[in-house]
Amino acid sequence: MSSLADLSIAAAAAGLRAGEFTARELTAAVHRRAAMTEAHLHAYLAIDHEGALAAADAADEELADGRDRGPLHGIPIAVKDNMCTRGLTTTAASQILAGYRPPYDATAVARLRTAGAVIIGKTNLDEFAMGSSTENSAYGPTRNPWNTDTVPGGSSGGSAAAVAAGSAFGAFGSDTGGSIRQPAALTGTVGVKPTYGRVSRYGLIAFASSLDQIGPMARSVEDAADLLTAVAGWDRLDATSYREEAPDVRRSLATGVFGLRIGIVTEMMGEGIEPEVAGAVRSMADRLAGAGAELSEVSLPASEYALSAYYLIAPAECSANLARFDGVRYGPRVEGATTEEMMARTRAAGFGPEVIRRVLLGTYALSAGYYDAFYGQAQKVRTLVRGDFAAAYQHVDVLVSPTSPTTAFPVGAKVDDPIAMYYNDVCTIPSNLSGDPAMSVPIGLDGAGLPVGFHIMAPALAEDRMFQVAAEVERLADFTVRPALATDEVRLP
Amino acid sequence: MPIEIDIARVAHLARIALTDEELEAYGRQLGDILDHAARVQALPTEGIEPTSHPLPMVNAFRPDEITGTLDRDEVLDQAPDAADGYFRVPRILDQP
Repeated sequence: MSSLADLSIAAAAAGLRAGEFTARELTAAVHRRAAMTEAHLHAYLAIDHEGALAAADAADEELADGRDRGPLHGIPIAVKDNMCTRGLTTTAASQILAGYRPPYDATAVARLRTAGAVIIGKTNLDEFAMGSSTENSAYGPTRNPWNTDTVPGGSSGGSAAAVAAGSAFGAFGSDTGGSIRQPAALTGTVGVKPTYGRVSRYGLIAFASSLDQIGPMARSVEDAADLLTAVAGWDRLDATSYREEAPDVRRSLATGVFGLRIGIVTEMMGEGIEPEVAGAVRSMADRLAGAGAELSEVSLPASEYALSAYYLIAPAECSANLARFDGVRYGPRVEGATTEEMMARTRAAGFGPEVIRRVLLGTYALSAGYYDAFYGQAQKVRTLVRGDFAAAYQHVDVLVSPTSPTTAFPVGAKVDDPIAMYYNDVCTIPSNLSGDPAMSVPIGLDGAGLPVGFHIMAPALAEDRMFQVAAEVERLADFTVRPALATDEVRLP
Repeated sequence: MPIEIDIARVAHLARIALTDEELEAYGRQLGDILDHAARVQALPTEGIEPTSHPLPMVNAFRPDEITGTLDRDEVLDQAPDAADGYFRVPRILDQP
């Protein structure tokens, strides 16, 4: 049974303007889909039924009056719950922000509203975006719509699951070490981490400020392009946002890859990568060569140290950013005889184990006597990683690899082994350290019926080139299969 | 060989009140993670400048203009304790 909820954004936008259906009907279709799938998935932490219907009605009235806000007008979109939405709970999946209703919108959210999008609700994540499976949520895990015994990846696992299942037409996530791209890979969706600074971080609850970047998740490359365009661009409220005009990524979708130089990253194709995943990526690279691209092997030697550097830099920045959660301005408080005791008790009660682990790790790495050996050394490795990319882009236009070393893994398989969990991001982390854009495009299913993601990396600000390759990969893969759970029919758990 | 950490001191610096059992468990896990993270020390980095930020940005100036601010009542409404237009916390001065 097909539903309006399964349309692409582009098809829904065309249908709205042709008068085939209304924005209210699109929103109702998404609500119906969520009503059927949420018991299995738990993709959402909050669904704003009334607010969404009101926004949909407003979108319908505007279209009827001839006011057209563009491709997202009237389209139901989900937002990861670490982006502030005025008056709508924003928890970062943490007890320490239980019930918090922000007094303002994140810039990305405000721009979505300006673009006419209908905000459906807030999606689940690993607490404060720290994790790769969405099992670290204080409000319970999200499941993968392809197989609910497996994880959807993380930390933007709620956004990924909602898009894959049809309980949103598109969604936004945040990516600090792979948190958009890895869940996109594990759920068969498209996930984009733009260049650092391309999308304003104002109103994004900070995890690691020099790595965090907001980006779209969608069921097609074209939809991802429209979502990115709606939020990209300079913002006076984020001093690290880029002033330069973002490229029109939509224009590069039909270009093809003839003559484009594509490098396969040697270090991301060998040990630690599931052979079936590496094989699928190799086969897609060969097909790109068949479409006229020049294929070569490229080495990024420092990337083998990127994971270690990341697990010093990200916790160091998070230990500073999360100092603001102290029971004074927002969230619940645990009383104490002194202010300091109140803060220390509130933080112990409010943070989950992975967050405490990273705050302690970062505090240690920044503390006197250890700074140079750990944090300082990690920052130098970051320079080497950037140097590797710069050297590679002398010879190739884009780099490719698997997005994730494995397909979706069973729920619970890695929760007690932080280091095994961290390894999920081995192919995605280098792009966060360098600040360059990267995205994941689904290319097929493995033997167990779970999606495989193809990772495309491009130089800073070259999102147009990245989308050019992504569109060709999508055409060649012709990945149109949807998870069985993407249906309005009743399914017993 | 896991790295030894004065975990009680670190937890105090981070202002997180942990029990002895929790301290012991976190201390062990942190040792293991640091053991892996310490791989960064294996890479020769003499003469390499550290990167703290991916953008070649220096200063981001803008005109100093008065713009709208958040509504005070709406902000204080989210606080666990507030009075007379302020956040309220346990007494800080004159403690024994």
